[in-house]
Amino acid sequence: MDVAIIGIGIHPFGRTPARSGLQQGAYAARLALQDAGIEWRDIEFAFGGSASAGNADALGNELGLTGIPFINVANGCATGGSSLMTAYNAIRSGAHDIGLVAGFDKHDRGAFNADPKALGLGEWYGEMGLMMTTQFFAMKIQKYMHDHGISKDTLARVAHKAFINGSLNPNAWRRSPVALEEIASSTMVSDPLTKYMFCSPSEGGVALVLCRADKAKSYCARPVYLKSAVLKSRRYGSFEVFAPSQALQQVAGPTVDASRAAFEMAGVGPKDIDVSQLQDTESGAEIMHMAENGFCEHGEQEQLIQSGATQLGGSMPINTDGGCLANGEPIGASGLRQVYENVLQLRGAAGDHQVPGNPRLAYSHVYGAPGISAVTILQR
Amino acid sequence: MSKRVPIAEGLFTWPAERPALLGSRCNNCGIASFPVAESCMACSGQDVTIEELPSRGTLWTWTIQQFMPKSPYNSGETPETFRPYGVGYLELPGGVRVEGRLTENDPEKLHIGMEMDVVFDTWRTDSNGDEIIGFFFQPSN
Ligand SMILES: [Zn+2]
Repeated sequence: MDVAIIGIGIHPFGRTPARSGLQQGAYAARLALQDAGIEWRDIEFAFGGSASAGNADALGNELGLTGIPFINVANGCATGGSSLMTAYNAIRSGAHDIGLVAGFDKHDRGAFNADPKALGLGEWYGEMGLMMTTQFFAMKIQKYMHDHGISKDTLARVAHKAFINGSLNPNAWRRSPVALEEIASSTMVSDPLTKYMFCSPSEGGVALVLCRADKAKSYCARPVYLKSAVLKSRRYGSFEVFAPSQALQQVAGPTVDASRAAFEMAGVGPKDIDVSQLQDTESGAEIMHMAENGFCEHGEQEQLIQSGATQLGGSMPINTDGGCLANGEPIGASGLRQVYENVLQLRGAAGDHQVPGNPRLAYSHVYGAPGISAVTILQR
Repeated sequence: MSKRVPIAEGLFTWPAERPALLGSRCNNCGIASFPVAESCMACSGQDVTIEELPSRGTLWTWTIQQFMPKSPYNSGETPETFRPYGVGYLELPGGVRVEGRLTENDPEKLHIGMEMDVVFDTWRTDSNGDEIIGFFFQPSN
């Protein structure tokens, strides 16, 4: 049984003091239901997540208490991808015909702070200042630049593109382009990454309505089909965040594993993809994730990014809605934002940030601590 | 009387004339872990031997933490006294790559592949006046 996305809804990302995270989730859910032309009571199941804004199943209090199974999902940055994969399997298995996936969040300002105990680590690790995702990303791109010849200018260009795309997306948080020189010379956060190269915690909500593919056309003139949804966790030897030690022999990370499995499941390859959303919690991540997801060889990003291939009109458009860099990262909603954007692109409804050429296949990828990746491939 | 106490039990030998980081090595597959673990992440084996890790290695990657982390960071510093610090993974030959703070915080003086030593020094002083000892990586002479 194939699965279709027949309704999408989003609450603008950024900061909305007047609405709680839950209310932003409900706002997105109502829009998704409206987009699918159905009522909340038509929904047979729901999966959702929020890291800092309460339990997702509290959406029932906003939308109505209908008795459906509603499962709260908590999987770090991959929460949205995990909800979507689980919903995909619930429909594919034949257990349900139609369901809702929702994610929302509302975080405090400043970098996320993690609790060592929750990850099975000693208190000393956090106490000595090693429990920082920002450090991990900085050390990973530092090593990557050294090994594969990526320049600091290319790091800045990733953020530059993100803010341009964000300026074209009415739901983005950062709506103004930032000059390349300003990005490169802004405050250093964790060498080699500057302030503008990191995304910040933010707020927002996204919801998707999924149904059996054979019923999709009865709801929606232009359904988009989920060709694969895969979640993988780290194997021994992959270089991951929150690790007091790393193996001497490195193996491919969960992104590589999830990507390969997703392409295989969908029966397509990286060259077939028309538009991609790749986890860009900082600009180095987008660069590394291009190769880890199979879109180029390690090191080729330098030339691709310098030549504009990843821009909206390029041969390999990436993070067309501005990505995490321009939208911030409300953890529960972030992965679903990527899928929302891909549905818009495949419907040809992305407006000013629409990629040209009538895209047919879209790819999304999230990565989260302590080493999980979720990939989805959509086709119209 | 103030004491010198390690930041965590079993992280390194203490007290010792020449303290060393402690790792565990799997007796099934030979993989080393830091800190000591009761089982092996590589092969799930539960037969491990605790060993002292080498005191010198090469810097595998690094960064500088430029802003003061929120709790659970606990250094005794205030936002006013905070000093940026280096963080890196030190590749210990035959062992594992261990993450730690660097004694150096000048990016111009750090590069991948440089030789560094594991050193043990005061991390902070607690409310009893005891010195809490941590481990650091210091450029070799
Ligand atoms: Zn083993």
